[in-house]
Parts: sequence; C-alpha cells; structure tokens
Amino acid sequence: MKQKLILIGSGMVGARFIERLLQEAPDKYDIRVFNKEPNGGYNRIMLSPVLAGEKQLPEIMTHDHDWFEERDVHLHASTEIVAVDQQSKTVSTDLGATYSYDKLIIATGSNPFIIPVPGHELPGVVAFRDIRDVNFMIHSTATKKKAVVIGGGLLGLEAANGLIKRGMDVTVVHLGDVLMEVQMDPISGGLLQKSLEANGMKFAMSAQTSEILGDDFVTGVKMSDGRVLDADLVVMAVGIRPNIGVGKKLDLEVNRGIVVNDQLETSVDGIYALGECVEHRGMVYGLVAPLYEQAQVLAETLAGKKSAYQGSFISTKLKVTGISLFSAGDFHDSEGSESLVYKDLSQNIYRKVVLKDNKIQGAVMFGDVTGSNWIFDNLVEQNDMSAYRDTLVFGEGYQPSASQSSEKEKVA
Amino acid sequence: MPMSENQTIQTTCPYCGVGCGMDISPKPVKKSGTNLDSFEVKVVGSENHTANFGRLCVKGSSAGETVDFDGRMLEPQVNGEVVSWNSALATVADKFSSVIKEHGSDAVAFYVSGQFLTEDYYVANKLIKGFMGSANIDTNSRLCMASAVVGYKRAFGSDTVPCSYEDLDLADLIVIVGSNTAWAHPIVYQRIAAEKRRRPDLKIVVVDPRKTATCDIADLHLALKPGTDAVLFNGLLSQLSEANVLDTTFIENNTEGFQAAIDKAQEQQGSIAEVAEQCELDEQDLRQFFEWAVARQKMVSLYSQGVNQSSSGVDKSNAIINCHLATGRIGKEGMGPFSITGQPNAMGGREVGGLANQLAAHMDFNKPESIDLVSRFWNANNMAQENGLKAIDMFQAVADKRIKAIWIMNTNPVVSMPDADAVKQALLDCEMVVVSDCVQSTDTTNVADVLLPALTWGETDGTVTNSDRTVSRQRKFMQGPENAKPDWWILSEVAKKMGFDKEFNYQSAADVFREHAALSGFENNGTRDFDISLLDKISEGEYSSMESFQWPLSANSPNGTKRMFADGKFFTASGKAQFIAITPRPPVHPTTEEFPLILNTGRVRDQWHTMTRTAKTAKLMAHKDEVYVTVHPDDAKKYQLVEGELAKLTSPLGEGKQVIARVEVSDSIRPGSLFVPIHWTAQYSSHGRVDVLVQPVGDPLSGQPESKHSPVKIEPFKAKWYGFILSREPIETQGIEYWVKVKGKQFYRYEIACTVRPVDLEVWTDSILGLDGDKVQYQDASGDRYRSARIVDGRLQSVVFIAPSIEMPSRSWLGSVFTKNEIDAKTRLSLLAGQQSGAKDEGQTICSCFGVGINTIVEAIHKDKLTSVEAIGKALKAGTNCGSCVPELTEILAKELK
Repeated sequence: MKQKLILIGSGMVGARFIERLLQEAPDKYDIRVFNKEPNGGYNRIMLSPVLAGEKQLPEIMTHDHDWFEERDVHLHASTEIVAVDQQSKTVSTDLGATYSYDKLIIATGSNPFIIPVPGHELPGVVAFRDIRDVNFMIHSTATKKKAVVIGGGLLGLEAANGLIKRGMDVTVVHLGDVLMEVQMDPISGGLLQKSLEANGMKFAMSAQTSEILGDDFVTGVKMSDGRVLDADLVVMAVGIRPNIGVGKKLDLEVNRGIVVNDQLETSVDGIYALGECVEHRGMVYGLVAPLYEQAQVLAETLAGKKSAYQGSFISTKLKVTGISLFSAGDFHDSEGSESLVYKDLSQNIYRKVVLKDNKIQGAVMFGDVTGSNWIFDNLVEQNDMSAYRDTLVFGEGYQPSASQSSEKEKVA
Repeated sequence: MPMSENQTIQTTCPYCGVGCGMDISPKPVKKSGTNLDSFEVKVVGSENHTANFGRLCVKGSSAGETVDFDGRMLEPQVNGEVVSWNSALATVADKFSSVIKEHGSDAVAFYVSGQFLTEDYYVANKLIKGFMGSANIDTNSRLCMASAVVGYKRAFGSDTVPCSYEDLDLADLIVIVGSNTAWAHPIVYQRIAAEKRRRPDLKIVVVDPRKTATCDIADLHLALKPGTDAVLFNGLLSQLSEANVLDTTFIENNTEGFQAAIDKAQEQQGSIAEVAEQCELDEQDLRQFFEWAVARQKMVSLYSQGVNQSSSGVDKSNAIINCHLATGRIGKEGMGPFSITGQPNAMGGREVGGLANQLAAHMDFNKPESIDLVSRFWNANNMAQENGLKAIDMFQAVADKRIKAIWIMNTNPVVSMPDADAVKQALLDCEMVVVSDCVQSTDTTNVADVLLPALTWGETDGTVTNSDRTVSRQRKFMQGPENAKPDWWILSEVAKKMGFDKEFNYQSAADVFREHAALSGFENNGTRDFDISLLDKISEGEYSSMESFQWPLSANSPNGTKRMFADGKFFTASGKAQFIAITPRPPVHPTTEEFPLILNTGRVRDQWHTMTRTAKTAKLMAHKDEVYVTVHPDDAKKYQLVEGELAKLTSPLGEGKQVIARVEVSDSIRPGSLFVPIHWTAQYSSHGRVDVLVQPVGDPLSGQPESKHSPVKIEPFKAKWYGFILSREPIETQGIEYWVKVKGKQFYRYEIACTVRPVDLEVWTDSILGLDGDKVQYQDASGDRYRSARIVDGRLQSVVFIAPSIEMPSRSWLGSVFTKNEIDAKTRLSLLAGQQSGAKDEGQTICSCFGVGINTIVEAIHKDKLTSVEAIGKALKAGTNCGSCVPELTEILAKELK
C-alpha cells in the first residue's frame, strides 16, 4: 500500500520535487498537493520577461492542472492549510477538509518584504512576486505614466526594466550606492547603472524611502533627505522573507527559515521542507538552481536512497535584455585572496576572478560573460587552477585543453 | 631616366660581396599623407649574371621592401638645424681647410664604406690623398678583409683574388675556412650545395670553431680551437710535403721562400698529433682532411672573416696561400686561395686605393715613383706621401685630438668599431664630425655635427666589384628624396669649395669612372694587376648599358680575365710568388680567471651590417629578431644561464660597457666560447652593440681588428620583470633597462626587461603608451602580471604584457591584429589573453544557465539524433535548470526535424 505524501506549496520547487520524486519512486507515494494560488506551477523566474512583454503568461506555465492529473497527483488549488495535527498526522484546509499523511513536505516559499513606511498600503503600491503582481503592473502601464521602484536589486531592476519596456518613466530608489550590491562590486555595479541609464532608467542612489505619498491612490515617494519623486505606481522590491508560518504553527525549529538537515528533514521526524522557506547550514537561498538541487536530494531521500544536500554555490544572471552580468561566490578581496581583473571600461566590460589557494573563490563579470559557466563549474568543483591562471579570467576558450574538454563533455 | 613602368632595369644587390645581379621593376605609387613619391619595387635575380644566374637570397629578394623613405635623411643639417646644401658644404669645406691650415693635413680624416660605389670611393680617395695631403682615409672594409688584402700582397705583390666563382663548380675539394657561407654569402653557399648534390664526390670541409648552418653540406667539420687556423694550414703544408704532392717545378720556377716556410711549418706542426693537440681536434678528423687535401689537386680554400678578423689574420691568409703555392694550386680551373668579401664593394674600394695603407689603383706609398705617378695624373697640389691611420688608430687619434675633423661616409663606426663606446666618446668630443648617410638616425649620425643626405641603392649610378673581380653597374631605378645627392657629387662640391674646381669638375658618375679607368692604365704597361683602361673613353651611353666584366680588362685582355696567374707570373719585384714562413701566434688577449670566455662575433642570415636597411622589413626580422648569445650547455650550467632568459656580458674594457642578450643554449658552440651577432645598434636595442666588448687590437700588418676573440665574462641579467610591447608607432624607450626593437608588419615590437619594478605598472604603462584611445587592462596583482592595450579608432594601437618571468604568450597572433582595420568584440577580449579563443563559435546563447549556444544545439540534434527537449537536456544540460529556454528549444527542435 502506498504511503501518503502531502506537499504544501506547488511553486517552482514544489513542482520540481514532485517531478523528481515520480522519477525516483514512481509508485511509492500517494501524492496530494495544496496550493494557495489558483494556478498549478509556473516559472516564476520568467515573470520578468512577461512584464517586459517578451513572453506571454501561457508560455511560462510549467505544471498546470492537467499535468498533475496525468500523473495521478491530487492538486488542491486555491486551498490553504490552516492546521496540522502531528499526533494524528493530518492536515486541515481552509475549506474544512482533513487529510492524513505519512510524509509532510513544506515548500511555502517566501513573501516579498514590504517596508512598513507610512503609505505602504496605499493602492498603487505593489510587490513583484507573483502573477497577480505582474498582471496589476501590466494593467497599470495602460493608464499610468510614472513609476518608482524601491530596491535596486535583481528583482527591482528587472521590474523597472519591464515597466520601461511598457513605456513608463521609471526611477529606481536604492538604499546603497552600488546596484545589486550583493552580486556586484562597485566597478561592475557602476557599469550596470551606466548601461541601465542608457536604456532610460533613472536612479536615486543612497536614498532611503521615508514615506509613500497619496490620499486614495499613490502619488509619490518621499525620501529621508526630503526629496519627493512623483509616482502613480510604486513597486516594492527590497527583498523576500522566507514564508515560515506553517513551520511556526507546527512548532518546528525555525530561524530565518525552517531549519533542515542535509536530508531536508525538519526538527520533526517525517516533516520535510525545501525551497526558499528553509534554512540549511545557516544559508537561505533565493535562486532557483540550489533549490532544484534540494528537490533532487529530497526526492532521492524519500525514494529511500542515500542522498545529502551540502549547500550550493550560487551564480546570478540578470534577465534584462542586452545586459550580461555574472556573479558567483565571494569576489571581494580578502586576506590571502588573489584577484585577476580584466577591464575594458569604454566597452562596459569588466571581469574579475578571485582565487584563494589557487581555487576560484568567486567571480563577477559585466558586459561580457563568455566562459562564465566554465569558471562557475570550477568554482563549484574547487579545482586547482594554477595551470590556467594566466588566461583564467578570459574563460574556457583560452585554456590549452579547451577543445578537448568540450569534446569530452559532448561524449559524456 | 629609366623609370617608366613595365621597364626592367639591371643592377646588383646592395648587400654582400657575392654581388648578385638583379632585375628590377619599379612602380611609382603616391603615398598618402606625404609629398614624397614611393615605389613598389619588384626584384628578381638576373639570369645572365655570373654571380648568381638568377638566384637571390632572402635578403636580396626582399630588397624591394626596403626602398621606402621612412627614416631617411632628407636635408643637410648643421648642429641639428636644417640648412641649405650651399651652407652645409661651406661649413665642411671651411672647417677642413682651417684645420689643415692650423694643424696640418693629418689632423683630418675620412672614414668611408665598402658600400660606397667605386666612383664615390674614387673621389673621396683623390680628395684627401691628392688635395688634403693626408692618407687618413680608411674604410669599414678594414673590419672585413684587410688581412686578406695584405696576405695577397705579401704573396703575389698585388691585391689579387686569383679565382672565379666558377672554380667552386670545378673543384674536387672546397675548404671553407672561417666563413658561415650559408648565412653570410647564401648564393655562394647555394652554388656549392647545388654542385655537391650534382657531384656527391665533391668533398667539403668546414673549418670553424662553431657548428654553423654551413656545416649542413660539409663532409667534415673541423671545430678547431679559436685562433689556430695558421696551425692547421702549417700542418697541411707539412703533410702535403710528407705525401710528396708538392709541385716542385712551380715552387722552383715561380716562387720564392719555400724552404723557410716549410721549415717553420715542420718546426711545430710537423706531425698530425702536434696539430691535433694545438687545434684541439680529433686526429682521425685531421687525417681525413689531410688525405683529401693530398689527393685532390682541384682545391679551393674559401675564406672570410674567421681568418681575417684576427691579430694574426695576415699570417693565416699566407698559411693558406702557402699550401696553394706549394702544390701549384693557383691560376687553374677549380683551385685557388679565394678570399670572399663581406661588402658589396669592398673590392671596388681596394681598386681605387681607398684604404690608409694604399695609394690608388693598386699602387702603394712604398714606391716614390707611384706617388709621383698618381700626383701627376691627378694634378695634385698637396699629395700625401705616406700611409695614413688605419681604422683603430684613426679613432684613437680622434680620441687623442690629433684628428680634429673627421668625415664619416655611409658607415656606422659607433656600432661596428671595436671598443665602440670609446669610439662614440671620441666622436662626441671631436671638433667636427661630418656624416654623409641615407638614414637620419643611426648611432653615428646621432653624434655628428654636420649631416649630409646621400642617395642610396637604386637612386644613383655607379659600379661595384664583387669577390671574384666582376665589375657590375649599379643603376638608378627610382627617384631618391629631392634633396639627397650622390656621394661623388657631395665630395666634389666640398672639393670645389676648398678651391679645387678644375680637378673635381665631374658632371656624372661616368665622368668619374672614365678617370678611374684611365688611372688604372696610366703608365701601367703590365706592371700593375688592376687595369681597366680599355674603358677610359667609355661614352655615357656605353656606361649606361655596360655589361659586367672581370678585371683586368685592357688591351692585353680585352674580354676580361677569369683566372689570374695562369701564366705563373706575379706582381712582385722578382715576378715570383712569395712563401711566407708562418709562426702561428695566439690571439692577443687570452682569457683570464675573471674573463674566462672567448667572445666570437658574426652575422646572422637575414640581417645586414647595422640593420639600417634590413630592419625595415618584417620578413627579415622574423629569422633572428633579438640580439642573442649562444652558449654551450656546459657553460650555461656553469654560469646559471637559462635558455630564453637574458645574460649580461662584460669585458676588461670596463663594467659600464655591457651587452645584454637573450640566451641561446646550443652545442653548436665550443665550451668556453660565446657567440653574439654584430648587427644590433642603439637604434634597435639598449645593450645590443657587441663591439663595446671587442678589444681595439688588430693585426700589426693589416690593422684588422680581432673581432672574433675577446675575453669576456657572462652572468645572468637578473630581471625582476620581463615584458613585450607591440605598438603601431615607435615608443620612447628611455628608462627601460633592457629593450630590443623589432619591426613587424604595421607595428614595432619591443622585448623589454628590468631589474627594478615600477611602483605602479598602470602608471608606468600610461607613461610609455600614452592616454589616447580606449584603454583595456588586465591585472594579476599578486602574480605581478599586467597587460594593457590601447585601441584607437577601432584599431589596435598598442599592447603591453608584463610578467615576472619569460613565460608569456607568443607575439605572433597579437602582431597579426595590427593588420586589421577593425577588431570585433571577440578579438578585443582576446587581446590581453594574448591568443585567440579556442572555443568554437557557439552562436547566439539559448540556455543562459549552462551557456549553450544555438550552434551546439543544432549540431547535437543532428549528430546525436535528438528528438525531444528532454533528450537535448540530457545531452547538453540545456533547459534543465530554470527552463526558460524550453520554448526556444522546442522551436529549434521543430525547425531542425522538419
């Protein structure tokens, strides 16, 4: 008889987990999925191209109702879990139904962080997180002229870019003096700003939002230095917070996220968590690649295989057409680190690789990211790069074995 | 003026003494940005010239690439100011006149060149010896074949090369002594090589301390101890005698002094064992050489600088000639002692008497009647009465201020003279240094007070004589710079300004030639070998179309003379050839504990002299592009020298006189010996002038410097960093400790090294390369590596690479980028990698997560027969991460599978 598995959350990671589990252990579980949103799974990463008008919504749907049905997975869309009874191993929905489980998987993702400044609840203030947000913004562009995006991180810049593409006048308000300061250093951040400015994006840097202005609809954003930016749309993109509500309700060990071990198991036997809502070895991840790794490890674990998630190196790319950037690992100079830097600033090109003990510790690139995947692979594998040092920053194509290794890859 | 298109003009090569005939097709082209005409010059070997029969070496065939006016001296200059010809000539004439008046005739000097045309040479010699009253005229030929001249004169009573090139085709044994013929005289080498292929039984023996490229065709290479050539040939004389192959009739009837010579030879070189020991040669090898020499009557000894550039160079020549006289191997087909000259017209210089120890037209100062004869012929009012100062002594006299005015014509003694730094200082301190040259900036023009722009090869008319007495016309085939003049004209104008209007009233080169021919026949009556008097009334038209001939060309030999001394008569007082008893002498400066190595110098294949012409063509710089020192592996180990790194050489002449050269480790050289080429100057290198290490000591008779045997020490040049710069324009090299400059195609390359690291490499590079254009940079700070490129108007302007070791990418790909008028993004990124990307063109990126391009995907779909997006994902990972490219993958798949 099949075990009962309940998954809370069918976002990108949840859906990917189901997909992997069905592959690893096709007949082991009777699977039931609860999703707060009305849709099945869609590719959240692709919301930016949808906003920018480069893709349409249907193109980014990955796991619709039929997908679940074809696989005999029960999908409960627009359904929220309101209670979990650990004694009886059951969950209750907001519709009043109760289901029992042998394994409970939490993949509740994260929520956008809304700065609690005065006016943050005014109509016309929106986050950039889900299809609803995107639909709202697209709708707004039909009538609104001026937008302020609060937050010059990855999402904020993608949102601002999308709005510009749809004809709006957009100013990005950023707290720091370097855009995407987690992924960029001052030089690459400067080049990024210059390139976006060339696309028509405006910036208020080192600027703190103190108030969102407006009576019954947003009219502007006021900053702590007194400056006021007119706006009839405000996008809050200052970050995400792991959605740990379910974890708290269940009294699981919770820190910034729901704490899991290398098998993605929470502090309670039989309850697992993965995705943006978890904290693993002190790290909370917000990018898709490590979360897919988690999905694979959990699928293997639940299939009864020996598997472990040991954390991920992450790399970042920005989805703004015409802008190439790459960032991975720790690319800041530190004691004992050695940096290789290539600069062609008049072409807005910058590439930096940081080594420690001849291993790649981090890299940041702007303008030309050729060969960055090779650099990332070697970062992940922590290979000794002594032999490649002289041309390392230029990428794989310049290495003596370039042709052979790609041959090998192809064979593999 | 023979300058229309589609016309072929016959001339001879401007380079070595082989004297190859060339057919030239010049085509004028307008050069943008200048008002100077430029010429595209096609060069092929003349089929009918006896020196080369259509062949040309790489230098000769590239000669057409060197005729542009880049770097040419264009105007007369006095103390750095451009002046009129009239003013410049007056400055020279006044100064020479006043110095002579105040300090006497011997306070002036001319230092001229084996690259002079005979007509120029003639006027220079006439002016100083007949009208300035001094024989202080010497020539760079002093450095080249002066010992051979004296050797011939001692043996034959005349400076006569007995042979023809044809004898190389007819010989059964060719002994190549002290000559890297393959590099220095390539067409002679090819001729020998061709004959060897045709007739494998022809034996070729190379006598040279170095294993040179010439050894490729040798049956036997005798790598003798440097300086022991006379030992070897004394030994040969003994063995010829031992074997009873002496021509006793010839010795008896046609020579004198045999007994003394053989006695002396047998004293210490009587046995093979003795010779082997003294020459440090294998006895078996020696025996083989002697056996061939005994058995083969048709023997040519072809010798050059290895014999001549020695403090006993004359004796070495005579040791060789003795063997030929003793066996009667002279004046007949396929045999003879054949000195081959380095320069295109060293022989012409000898013919006019343009050396300090000659008078004129193969006459000397040793006979008062000769002085009288020449004086009458020239109508000279101030005839020199005795030998002047030979090159080393001449520059010493400049240093001592005994010579107060010197006129250097078309040569570069600051590079080529021994103890070159002392020569440079002497010239800097001299009251008046006049330099006529075709190049504006040479190490010698840079120390001159007066500069006179001369026409050069292809721009002026005259004659030259090659190594086998063949006189050929050099013909004008293009217009030179507007204000440059033929040397005979410059000299004549100065003479006129000194008051000798009538005697120097030449209208043309032919005018000078007629007088030169007339002097050769003047009261000659067969007493002097050099006689071309048949041509003393040649018309302008006949001169213009003059065919090559081998002198003497006189009433007695109206068709020229292929071989001399066929009749067994010589030009000595007795009419008999002279044996010279030779006591071999070691070089003057032995090695010492402090300076334990012997420095040998010589040419490389694709360079000529001080590179003023050859360095203009990238093709010729490709063979050996940097000054180098060849070191035996044992010595490399002993002195911690590493192939490709730099070494510093110093000599007893002083620590400040240094050569820094790239180390080439090779067993082609003997342990204890080093080799450095002669060509590099201060125009092309910081420390490449090898002659700063060469001792200013010469043969007591010929005055030829001992350029192949200077004691030196060698040590690693401890560079903190190495680098290279490629730049479209020449750069300022001041402050760079070690540099060499190499002309590439549309760029200059500098190899650099320093013992002190600049504090900030970016600041340093900016100061060298400037701030124009886009700056691209690479820095590996802890690895101490820095690279930077400048891009101006989309073209690569300059690029620099700096590293703590010599490990740097090849310069060839970077060099090729300079020919591109636009560089694409991929090439631009590759610049500071120093190489092209080996990655295949991925095409447009489809999967950003894994960097998979469309070309790779399409290729995989067909090659691996992929039919689904999942299969693509399995094969290439594409679409397996964020999945955003899955729609595109689907599209591509559909399109490709259609």
